[in-house]
Parts: sequence; C-alpha cells; structure tokens
Amino acid sequence: MAKPEAWDVAIAGAGIIGCACAAAAAEAGLRTLLIEAGVPGGGTTAAGMGHIVAMDDSPAQFALTRYSQQLWQQLAPELPRQVEYERCGTLWLAGDEDEWRLAAAKREAYRAQGVPAEMLDARALAAAEPHLRPGLAGAMLAPEDGVLYPPAAAKFFLDRARARGARLLAGECQRIEARGLRLRDGTQVAAGEVIIATGTRAAELAPGAAIAPRKGHLLITDRYPGRLHHQLVELGYLRSAHALSEDSVAFNLQPRLSGQILIGSSRQFGAATAEVEPAMLARMLQRAIEFMPGLAAMSCVRAWTGFRPATPDKLPLIGPVEDPPHVWLAAGHEGLGITTATGTAALLLAQLTGQAAAIPYTPYLPSRKTEAVLEHA
Amino acid sequence: MARAAITVIGAGPAGLAAAVCAAECGRRVVLVDENPLPGGQIWRAKKNLPAIETEPWRRRAQAAGVEWRTGCQAAQATPERLWLESAGEAETLAWEQLILATGARELLLPFPGWTLPNCCGAGGLQALVKAGLAIAGQRVVVAGSGPLTLAVAAYLQQQGARVLLVAEQAAPMQAAAAALLLFSSPARVRQAWRMRDALRGVEIQAGCWVEAAEGAERLQRVRLRRGRRRWSLECDYLACGFGLRPNSELGQLLGCALNAEAGLQVDRWQQTSVARIWCAGDASGVAGVEAALLAGQIAGYAAAGRQDLAAAFIARRDRQQRASRRLLRRLALRQELRRLAADDTWFCRCEDVPIGEAQAYASWREAKLQTRCGMGACQGRICGAAGRFLWGWEAAGVRPPIVPVRVGTLALTETGEAQ
Amino acid sequence: MPEELRIRVNGRELAVAAGTSVAAALLNAGIRGMRRSRTGEPRGPVCGMGACMECRITVDGRAQLRACQLRCREGMEIEC
Repeated sequence: MAKPEAWDVAIAGAGIIGCACAAAAAEAGLRTLLIEAGVPGGGTTAAGMGHIVAMDDSPAQFALTRYSQQLWQQLAPELPRQVEYERCGTLWLAGDEDEWRLAAAKREAYRAQGVPAEMLDARALAAAEPHLRPGLAGAMLAPEDGVLYPPAAAKFFLDRARARGARLLAGECQRIEARGLRLRDGTQVAAGEVIIATGTRAAELAPGAAIAPRKGHLLITDRYPGRLHHQLVELGYLRSAHALSEDSVAFNLQPRLSGQILIGSSRQFGAATAEVEPAMLARMLQRAIEFMPGLAAMSCVRAWTGFRPATPDKLPLIGPVEDPPHVWLAAGHEGLGITTATGTAALLLAQLTGQAAAIPYTPYLPSRKTEAVLEHA
Repeated sequence: MARAAITVIGAGPAGLAAAVCAAECGRRVVLVDENPLPGGQIWRAKKNLPAIETEPWRRRAQAAGVEWRTGCQAAQATPERLWLESAGEAETLAWEQLILATGARELLLPFPGWTLPNCCGAGGLQALVKAGLAIAGQRVVVAGSGPLTLAVAAYLQQQGARVLLVAEQAAPMQAAAAALLLFSSPARVRQAWRMRDALRGVEIQAGCWVEAAEGAERLQRVRLRRGRRRWSLECDYLACGFGLRPNSELGQLLGCALNAEAGLQVDRWQQTSVARIWCAGDASGVAGVEAALLAGQIAGYAAAGRQDLAAAFIARRDRQQRASRRLLRRLALRQELRRLAADDTWFCRCEDVPIGEAQAYASWREAKLQTRCGMGACQGRICGAAGRFLWGWEAAGVRPPIVPVRVGTLALTETGEAQ
Repeated sequence: MPEELRIRVNGRELAVAAGTSVAAALLNAGIRGMRRSRTGEPRGPVCGMGACMECRITVDGRAQLRACQLRCREGMEIEC
C-alpha cells in the first residue's frame, strides 16, 4: 500500500450498509476509506431479496423503515437502470378472517403514521394476483413498497462515494486500534473515526455487539413475465418468520423486472454452513406452492443461501460503541438492510458530524438495553 | 421411494459400461439418463433408432437386471439422495454408491454473430440432425477445433448436407500431427478411414477459423480467416465447437474435487475425492469413447468391490487417455480466438450481457453480481466456460438445481413427499 | 408407434416424423428463432443437448421447456 494516510473516516465492510455510509460520509466532505475483503456487495447484500419495505413490528422499526423508504424514493430518479428499482407495492396476504382482522389493524397502524395502505377483499386480491390460490380472505396493499437489485444498489453508493473522493481498499480488517484499524496483512489504517459495517461479522471488531447470523434460503425461477405483479408476503410471516428460536419458513414472493420470480423465505439460527439444505428448501417451496399452486410447474434456475445479521430486539445497531471512542457501528439489520441502508447512513452521519437527524436515533444506539422482543400474539 | 445399491448417472459409453459391470457382479444398479434412449452424445440414437454401438451394452445391462430411468434428470443431491425429474414427475432416489458418467459439453466461444439462429455447436448440429432435422441439401460450414468437427462433418455429409468447409483452428502442422494420432489404434484407423471416405471432396483447412457470422434474423454467411486471408461463405448452418469440457456439476455439488482440466479428480479406480462417489468418462477429463468404456468398466467393478476385475482394464485405459491427451495438446486453442468478439458481442446469451461490460470486472463473481452474466437459465454453462478461456476466470461453486427443473421437484422432501 | 404424428405450432398444424425432437420439427418448418432474448433477438438451438437453454418454448401451456430435449407427441400445442 502507498504511504500511510490519515482518513477522516475508515469504514470496514463494503456491503450495502458500508457503501451507503461511505457515500454519505464523502458527501459530507469527509475523506473516506472503505475496506472490503471480498467483492463489494458480495456478502449478505448479494444474497438478499431487495425488498424496500415499511415494517411495523415495533414503532422504532416502522420509523426507520419508512424514513429509509422515503429516502429511496428521493434517490429513485438518480438510480441507474441496473438497480432495477420498481415501486411494485407489497400485498400482505390474509389467509382467513383472523388474519383479515390483523390486516385491518395493520392498515390502521400505517394510516396513523401517514403511510398509504389499502385493503383488498378476496375478489380484489384475485384480480390483482390471479395466480394465488382461491379462498384467501384478502390483503393489505402497501403501494409505496418496492424492489431493487441489491448488488447494483451497493455499487451505486460505492460509485457515488468514489466520485466524491472516497477510496476502496482490498483487505480484511483484523482489529480496531487507537485512531484507526489494522488489517490482517499488517497494514495500519489511520483514521479519525472508524465505522464497523461488517454485518454478521461485526462482533469480531466490536466485541459485545449482539449480532447472530440467521440463515435464509432463496430460489429464483426462469422468466415468466406478467405472472406476478406485487411483492407477496403472508401475514402469518409476523407470527412464523419472526420466531426467534425455531427454524421457520414463510411465503414471500418477489417479481423481478426480468420476469423472474424470487421465492422465499426461511429463517434458521445456528446453521453452520452456507450450503443449500434440501429439507429446508423443500419446506420453503411447499409453503410457496400452497399459496400459489402454479409455481410447482414453473422452471427454477438457482437456489442459494445468505446470513442475516440479527439482533435480539430486531433493531439495527447504529451509533457509537461504548468503548473505545471514535468507533461506530452500522450493523445488525437482519433482513432489512437493503431497505434501511439509506436511513442508517443518514442517522449515523448525523451523529458523527453532530447534525440534527430527521428521525430520533436513540432506539438504534448500540448502548441501548436490548431484550428479545415478545412474539406477536 | 426406492433404495438403490449403485446409481449410475449418464448412459453414454462410460455409464453403460459401469452399470453393466456393477450389475454383473450381482449388485442392484439404477441407471439414470436424461435422453429417451441410451448412448449419450457420442452414440446418440437417430430418432427412435438406438445407435448400433449401444446394442451389446444394452443387452448385457438388460440381462444383468439394470433398472433404467430414461428421460430423467438429476437436479439436486445430498450424500444420501438424488432428486430426479422426468416428464414433469419428480422423485427422490436413495443411493449408496454413485457413479457419475455425465460426459462433456462443447466449448462455445463468442464471436460477432454467434447468437444468430442456425449458428450451432458442432456436436450440437449433429445432435439436431439425429433428432430429425432435415439437413439434406443444406449448406454447412463446420468449424472450431478437435476430432469432433471432422466426425460431425463426415456425418452431415453422409446425411446429404453440402459441407462447404471444415475449418480447424490449429495450425496446419499441428493439425496434421493430430490427424496422424487418429491412427494410433486399429479402431481409430477404421474410424478415420470411414471419415476419409465421407469427407472426399470436402474442403478441409487448418489454421482457419470463423471471425464472424452475419445475417438478418438468421445466419446467412460466415466470415472466415486463414493467416492473412479473409473471405466470406454463404451458408445455411454453422456448426462450430472448440472442443469438449467435462460436465462436473453434480460431482461439484457433492463436494468432489476438480482436476486441472476442470473435470472430477479420480484415482486409479475412478473414485473421486469423496467416498462412495466414482466418476468415469469425459466428466473426469475429456479422453474419448475408448477411454470412457474402459474407465466405465473399472468404475463399475470397483464400486461393486471387485477391484480384482477392474485391474485388468487399467493399463489400457491409461494408454487411451495418454493418446487422447497427446492429440488434444496438438489442438491447443490459438490466441486470436480470445479477440474475436467486439465490445458489443453478447458474452452471456441468457442475460444479453455484452462482452465489453463483462470484462470490465476483475472476476467471474464480481461480473456476475453486477452484470448478471451467468445468472440465467443455462446457469453459466456457456459464458462460464468462455470466461475461463478468455480471461482465466474461475467459476464459483455449483448451486442446486444443477439443471433447471420444476419448483415442485425441489419441493420434495428427502423421503420424496410433496406435502 | 405411428410413423407420422401431428403437432400444432402457433396454431398451425404440422406433420412430423415419429421420434423427431420439437427443436428439429420447428427448424424443419422454417422456425429458426424459438425464443426472444432479453433484448428481443431471435434465438434458436445451439448445443442440441439441453445445456444452452436457447431453444426454450411453451408446450401445452407450460413455458420455458427445452425444444431439443422434447420429442414431438401427437396433439402437442407449441407456442414460440
């Protein structure tokens, strides 16, 4: 490497979170170095679906996801075609009357926050997505939700950061040192502030960060243009997929601009390897076929897995670590890192530069008391 | 759900021989093959008529009680089970020993116009003709490299095609030396002699290659190059393949190590780096039909625990493999082939990614992530092999399904239940 | 097995010799482009053995099937 250089900010990890932080830091006029051991956007970012979604598990989650979603909407005109950003909306599917009531309550919660949402009864749902199985009670439509292709979105932020003088360094961060960090090859990086954005591996640099990898499977079909129009998620997702202890699957479909359909989702704790597990994949696909029987005969081209960086209270860690000073976390986004990359970068930079933030950032501070949230009833 | 003692994937020469030998040792054998009739690519059936060469093996297999799964594709595997799909039906199959005889596919390289309809692989056009394509009277240019192109040209000519030219990219001296090696065994002499008869009157040029294919909506002419000379030929079909590459995906999915030829690494008994998994034929390194038959017999006997019977074939197999390697070394692909494509030539045919966009990235992984090359329906089989030749890109690991299948097939649990 | 069978291609009836693959039957009928690529180009069979995926068509309502790997069956409805 060239002669040691003092950076204002060094960011460990060039996933979508690290790239978004780098773009925000560079835009704030900070001399920014982004450090990545692998391919930028090639970790959890590349494995995810790319659902830009407002989620209301908790008020804090709703605030961050909605804020982030609006930031994406502002960025939309600047996003290159490769990002494939599309506001297709999410349909939260109600299987029965109980879930229909849940959907109605969800709509009220959205309305209370000024987030557009509408109810589709069984007939309207069948018209919106004719390939769903008959007999569903209906759905709540969140029309401002969207989808994008995450690796290209990460690259968009990376290019934006570089255009403002940031640099990308290939290397693996080994440990935090006073005013900087040290790479595994011995390189020392001097930086005023260090941001840890290494997702599932953040605890290696920030001991005590309560982040555990939560494995997920996805499968993508061949092209079937016009077969699916919205992101589809079962409302049971709130019950099944969010259980903290058990392996679970939930129906989650995404239309890609290419006409391909992404099929999810599964959640597992404690899975050691990244291999596709046929049993878990089969369970996930059976769930999907229950909701959309026609999927069974569609041709699929690839299954893969990824690890979500999960925290006990399902909120990310955004802010300073307790010790040492000048070290910041931007990690632990679980399955919402693509959505909240924009909001995370804005909140972190506000704290780092002492500016006012658009929404309160205290719920996401790493110093908060994290407790496992209770399950939905 | 059925239990199987020994499961063979692929009913080409290697798979047939392996299945026969294992079954003749009294073992239960299931032979899985994607085609409706046995023979693989080299002994591909002509419509409903099996190739004559398969007959003795098919008879022995029948006598020894080999169970056939024809028109059946293996999509996914664990150390205990295979997920199979045939004509829309899915099942899982337990295996104890697995013999991979998955053969090889053609290396196809990008040049301007290579995506035009009627631009086929060399073996590709032959397969289409065997499947009923009427080729009589059609003008065909056969190009690329290797013994397959000559065999294809001879076959097409016999079927009434007008083969205008066979273009071998290797330099004349190298091609001549390779041609001599075709006479290295009596079987090869007979084969070469038949080929020579069929190719009488056909122009064969060494040191010659296709620079571009042209036409509107379909192939109309090819632009050829030999040394400094450049010319065009009007034609109906181009059959262009640059040799064969092993089909190693199923083995890779099961964790088997690769060798330098990107085939599955095997020991002298054809065992892969993973216990209970064997590999025979071109899937372990392209060496041709004689070597495949010998390797298949070794794998079949060895998987049945009869190394004593397998041992008799080892010296002959090694000799055949050495002869094939000598021949293929002579036909090494020339540098010019790396520069045929223009920036706007498609690199990935599934996703329509131009070569100029793909080569801006440092690795296969990065190019895939950012351009989607290799993420389409062929799962990188075409552009992955091309990227390896063009830029030395190493392919990433294999993910299921190893061939596109119905979602419902992967929705089967291990015990083969749909729900 | 009958020597000849009938299939329909984009609504048009074709007589095909038994044992013929769908890809060969389409080429014989002058249909060389069997699918449109992502950018709209016509594409036809290349590898002839199910690997390149260029000859994908719709058969009896099921999309994305490889024409080279399918044999013509009596009454088959093909769209491409």
